[in-house]
Amino acid sequence: MALLQIAEPGMSAAPHQHRLAVGIDLGTTNSLVATVRSGMSTVLHDEQGHALLPSVVHYRPDGEVSVGYPAQAQQSLDPNNTIVSAKRFMGRGLKDIGVTTHLPYRFVDAPGMVQLETRAGIKSPVEISAEILRTLKARAEKALGGELTGAVITVPAYFDDAQRQATKDAARLAGLTVLRLLNEPTAAAVAYGLDNASEGVYVIYDLGGGTFDISILRLSRGVFEVLATNGDSALGGDDFDQRIYCWILEQAKLAPLSAADTRLLLTKAREAKEWLTDHAEARITSLLSSGDVIDLTLDSTTLSELTRQLIAKTLSPTRKALRDAGLEVSDIKGVVMVGGATRMPQVRQAVAEFFGQAPLTNLDPDKVVALGAAIQANMLAGNRSDDDLLLLDVIPLSLGLETMGGLAERIIPRNSTIPVARAQDFTTYKDGQTAMSIHVVQGERELVSDCRSLARFELRGIPPMAAGAARIRVTFQVDADGLLSVTAREQGSGVEANIVVKPSYGLDEDQITEMLRASFGSAEQDKQARALREVQVDAQRLIEAISAALQKDGATLLTPQQQHQIETAVATLHSLSQGEDADAIKAASDALNHATEAFAALRMDASVKQALAGQHLNTLEL
Amino acid sequence: MAITLTETAASRVRKFLDNRGKGVGLRLGVKTTGCSGMAYTLEFVDELHEEDLAFESHGVKVIIDPKSLVYIDGTELDFTKEGLNEGFKFNNPNVKGECGCGESFTV
Repeated sequence: MALLQIAEPGMSAAPHQHRLAVGIDLGTTNSLVATVRSGMSTVLHDEQGHALLPSVVHYRPDGEVSVGYPAQAQQSLDPNNTIVSAKRFMGRGLKDIGVTTHLPYRFVDAPGMVQLETRAGIKSPVEISAEILRTLKARAEKALGGELTGAVITVPAYFDDAQRQATKDAARLAGLTVLRLLNEPTAAAVAYGLDNASEGVYVIYDLGGGTFDISILRLSRGVFEVLATNGDSALGGDDFDQRIYCWILEQAKLAPLSAADTRLLLTKAREAKEWLTDHAEARITSLLSSGDVIDLTLDSTTLSELTRQLIAKTLSPTRKALRDAGLEVSDIKGVVMVGGATRMPQVRQAVAEFFGQAPLTNLDPDKVVALGAAIQANMLAGNRSDDDLLLLDVIPLSLGLETMGGLAERIIPRNSTIPVARAQDFTTYKDGQTAMSIHVVQGERELVSDCRSLARFELRGIPPMAAGAARIRVTFQVDADGLLSVTAREQGSGVEANIVVKPSYGLDEDQITEMLRASFGSAEQDKQARALREVQVDAQRLIEAISAALQKDGATLLTPQQQHQIETAVATLHSLSQGEDADAIKAASDALNHATEAFAALRMDASVKQALAGQHLNTLEL
Repeated sequence: MAITLTETAASRVRKFLDNRGKGVGLRLGVKTTGCSGMAYTLEFVDELHEEDLAFESHGVKVIIDPKSLVYIDGTELDFTKEGLNEGFKFNNPNVKGECGCGESFTV
């Protein structure tokens, strides 16, 4: 007979109506699946009792695909067809990945997302990730005895739209219904049951295999609010392995290695690092295909030296996140450690020193994210009556659009909690304008050229009106998964256009970190650039208005000399506005305004005369 | 007669209650749905109802309403593993037939 789990009061499912939901931590190095059974979040094991599934996919010579430990065993034997850390390539182009020389793969630069050439053909990171998800799905369905209702999949807080969409695509490919994508640090907070903890501000320090995320969460009345997130999307345990690997090369004075030997030594490096968590020394021995014999001893002091810089690299985003949240170290009530790399005593010590308190480490740092995701999945699947777990995430970078002069107008400021919708009204710039191009950008800088372009679309069919008369409401909406849709609607006629910001796969999410850094460093420069663009736009508008007026009334109202004077001032402003001197442009604009005061007055008189001509005084509405 | 828990089941229930942080016991029951007449329910208990009957088994308070008791009196609740799956199992002496999946039964 079927096996039953204990339900919440009044929440027993009818037979065959069990809502089986899982949480999946799709990690760079390892992936896990967890579920809530009888009210308790548990990681599901495979037949051999392993909780972790190495995020490794091997395309075998016999056409089969193996995932996890069997695939990992092939890493050094068949490196070209054994894909590790595919998460690093999700939603990214070849140029975004940067240095690939230490990777044994044959990359194919495809439009949008990079692809990898394997013996099974060309595979995209989405397909590779789908293999991992499919394996976890099969494990979960075996363990739960039924088909899954859905899954919550976690992503690093810094994943951009392209990477989130790629993750959703992988899930769909694996036949999973995604209940929600959840930021990893937020999931960790849920796993620690911080919603039941006393109120306060907590920091989630997540150093995983390939990504570092820092999140600052405020807990009040059981509500999680993410105050700030920051991180480094290209820093993790893999980099520590890489450092040790380089150390081995130096020590053993080795020439460049074959792909298989590189893989082998990287594995040895990781094993040494893990051994040093509980031991003072690790011996590294290996026989390479070149016949070279490696026999080295790495002690924890040397490891500390090798990794000091990497650990320091985690503290700078930590400072930034604190600053964004407007907090001091002393405001932090607790620090939660997530990710296998936080097992390193060096990391724990650095974090303890930075925050002046020992971090929380009582849950297995490899499992916390999956456990939290499972709790959230259980809720979303409707297995809990109370909605005491309201999760609020934030968007990492401001979203906005391009306005005249290439300026970025922020619609949703960064660190806004999601889901969120904001609208702003815009108008037309020219008389009779019937279309408007909307350019959606992401970033903190004032100029569009310094921000990241997300999408462009056009609103057509605006009824011809005078410049400034149309009212176009642009609405930005970010759903709970962090995906953006933008709608533009002309309020008078109701014409509407919208776009779901499709993953322009191939965006560089390193840019996020870089862009944030740049925006702090270039605030003054940005301010000046904005001021320049503003006077340029004003000047252009003035030139167009005066040129139009001259053409219409110049000959009738002005002497040729006056006309010439104004034309000269227009020409001066025109040539100055092409330059970069904001003050000069401003002065020339003022001069032109001044020079045309008389002309403006004459035009006003003329139009009043025209309006009044032949009218009776008492028919005028005064 | 009574409702009992095996030692394994009781220790699991205690663990789940501890983890949950609240709740006075375990409620067993039946409801009239399913492909074969009746279906078991198994829930945590936060509030007792007036008509509830309570049993004690290996330190776990087992709650049941009198209407359900007639269908499952004498049941022993066990906790077992089947492959990767694990969960609670009703050993109910009143059952005359079960549907193929075992989620519902007739008496």
